[in-house]
Amino acid sequence: MTSSLNPRFTFETFVVGSANRLAVTAGRTVAENPGSAYNPLFIYSGSGLGKTHVLMAIGHAAKALAPQLNIEYLTLDEYVEAFHAAIAAGQGDAFRRRFQNVGVLLVDDVQFLTNRKEMQAELLRLTEALQQAGHQIVLASDRPPAEIADLDERLISRFSGGLVVDMGVPDYETRVAILRRKAEERGTAFQPGVLEAIAKIDYPNVRELMGALNRVIAFQSVNEMPVNEEAVRKVLGTSSAASPAAASSTVASPDEFSQFLTDVTATVGKAVEAWRARVAEAVMRWQGEGYRTGRLEALLERDTPAAVDEAIAAYVQDVERLKALEAEVAALDPQAAGDKVFHDPERMDEAEATAGRMREGVAPPPAPSAAFPLESYQAGPSNEVALNAARDAISKPGKKYNPLVIVGKSGLGKTHLLNAIGLQLAKKKGAIVACLSTQDFVDELIAAIDGNRVDWWRARYRRCTALLLDDIQLLAGKERTQEELFNLFNQFLDAERQLVFTAPAHPNTLEGLEERIVSRLGGGLVAELGEPDREVRRSVLERLLTHQHVGTDTALLDYLADRPVDSARSLTGLVQRVVEAAAAEDSPVTAGLARDVLEGAAAARRTAGGAPRTSGIVVSSAGGVRSREKMVWDWPAAGERVIEDMR
Amino acid sequence: MSLVNFTSREITCKIVYYGPGRSGKTTNLHYIYQRVPDTRRGRMVSLATQTDRTLFFDFLPIDLGQISGFTTRFQLYTVPGQVYYNATRRLVLQGADGVVFVGDSQARQLDENIESLQNLQSNLLEHGVDVRTMPLVIQYNKQDLPRELILTTAELDDALNFRGVPSFAADALHGTGVFETLKGISELVLKKLATGSPTT
Repeated sequence: MTSSLNPRFTFETFVVGSANRLAVTAGRTVAENPGSAYNPLFIYSGSGLGKTHVLMAIGHAAKALAPQLNIEYLTLDEYVEAFHAAIAAGQGDAFRRRFQNVGVLLVDDVQFLTNRKEMQAELLRLTEALQQAGHQIVLASDRPPAEIADLDERLISRFSGGLVVDMGVPDYETRVAILRRKAEERGTAFQPGVLEAIAKIDYPNVRELMGALNRVIAFQSVNEMPVNEEAVRKVLGTSSAASPAAASSTVASPDEFSQFLTDVTATVGKAVEAWRARVAEAVMRWQGEGYRTGRLEALLERDTPAAVDEAIAAYVQDVERLKALEAEVAALDPQAAGDKVFHDPERMDEAEATAGRMREGVAPPPAPSAAFPLESYQAGPSNEVALNAARDAISKPGKKYNPLVIVGKSGLGKTHLLNAIGLQLAKKKGAIVACLSTQDFVDELIAAIDGNRVDWWRARYRRCTALLLDDIQLLAGKERTQEELFNLFNQFLDAERQLVFTAPAHPNTLEGLEERIVSRLGGGLVAELGEPDREVRRSVLERLLTHQHVGTDTALLDYLADRPVDSARSLTGLVQRVVEAAAAEDSPVTAGLARDVLEGAAAARRTAGGAPRTSGIVVSSAGGVRSREKMVWDWPAAGERVIEDMR
Repeated sequence: MSLVNFTSREITCKIVYYGPGRSGKTTNLHYIYQRVPDTRRGRMVSLATQTDRTLFFDFLPIDLGQISGFTTRFQLYTVPGQVYYNATRRLVLQGADGVVFVGDSQARQLDENIESLQNLQSNLLEHGVDVRTMPLVIQYNKQDLPRELILTTAELDDALNFRGVPSFAADALHGTGVFETLKGISELVLKKLATGSPTT
């Protein structure tokens, strides 16, 4: 039902003169950028002046530039017929869909819309749909939209909203050019002056001009004599006097302005060619996103397009790289991400360098110490609960107990267990485990505040998949750190990332901690480490003695394991003393020697021997514990019991 | 003033008609004004003395509509030709994209033409513009006067057009050469737009 495009009707075969240059320029523009330049494009002219030619030429040109484009040419009558047929077949919707998918719709003879209300409504709907979808619509008519009788106001404003151009009667020179081309096409040669004589006759349109040419060609072919100017006048029935176009006065043709406009249009068209538009679009887009576009703007200053698309692609690639760098840096230090270098593709090197510095600067936060593997943690009834909780935290980090607070007195292995959890968590893929003492945590924050890098400090911890803090009671009175920890706390809980803390006593009993921290600490699981039971003591001793390369005879182990100690760490002190005493006396470590050393008999000998005396003083790390005493809790002998005050 | 603005898709050309007093600059603008359809032109602003001499300047905005998707406007200005209005001339010249030098073809006006051309050069320099980089065309007006009173275009070219810019013979009163001149300067300005858009 749609007419196909006449292959002869292309822009190449169209003779452009001042009367139709605007229409042709607009048509070419539309063919190059369908849907974006002038939409709709409305061309009107008297009959026989080339509307249909231009319409089809647009179709050809658009097809040549974008072969996949769906192009439809049809006259309004054909459109109406198709519509009626579709309605009759109950296919109205399919009909609409079909036309809404057309990339370039060329509708000829739109003036026949007069008195067709339903078609006007249909065309209005179609125009709107096509415009919205960014598809091109080109209309041709023998009069401007406002003069089509009985045309819906909305259609008039639609049509006039794009570009309305007219095509006038070709001037004398154009007529000669048309005649020359047509004569050439027909393979007919004329004497000089013949075509000019035909062109001088003022025909109202090109079709009649063609008729005149045909008559002259016919006349020449029957007469076998080349026709001359005089013969032309005779054939065409004009006297030599009647040559109105001959007096082409240079002064004050009323068309001067439109001629000027046409010329300017051509010049501007050259200046703002398609490639410039593409560059300009890219400039606008990236400027809108805040990037410097100096490199692209430089392209616009060139005369000729030199690899414009490649240059744009390279620019886009650089911008993508900058975006990636910026995102990376933002994760490390939000403050640094705002840096201008990340918005200037010309400073790519600087951006890379900044990101590199950032990467080095953000060493991962302190990791758990490898000296405390989970395997060497001795299990027993006294620490069973805590150990199970630790295993749960390792297997389901952040899901089961969050936070996990390990509570116990000094020397019971809290730090060991904390680091052991950290080591296990760090084995997971992509894990970043921060494991450090609360004191270090506070010191780092102070340094960050001092260096004005708090954002950096925060970002460093926010990246972590787990945060493990030893001796949380040291937060007492550190308001700023509590504030920061509170925020981190919430983020970690929200993201289901594991938090583990150690404390000397239940969080409720710690002084100097804010209520919001305390309640959060208590919100997960508080697991208590009991005083080591005999089983734990024995296995700890076994490990210690093996470590000292001392034979583990059962009597020694049993004797040492039965000593009344309240922590695993004090066992270390015991073993140390026994081993040193044995070394001083150059005798093997036995249960007897141990008894001598630990129960006083060896005291005198040890002093006499001048062996370095282990102080046996252990400084509790319990900064938040109510008693601030340093206690000597491993009494070497009853007579030596001393309490040293802290100075 | 930006000549071509890709963001707002606008092209604005400021063209200044320059020349000695009574050479016909305002007449040029009047002729153009009459030929531009009502819808395309703004109000022509003309500040003249009682004897119709330009006092301040004439201003004629022309809207060429959408061209290649760009809203295109021409702003035509004239300067007062009389010597003592130099401050105004300099002001009007600011931000010009192109200059039409309207010369008086009368033989006895030759010195005034040369003086005005020198004045144009120095005023452009005050704005930091080299006359060689400024799009410029010369119009030899009043070519309709009796032969014995005027110089031919060839003679005028020899005297004034030492840079070899496009020159046009004209009779502004009757319109001959007016649009040719405007077209000539437009092409130069737009060509410059194509090769590199000035940023200020």
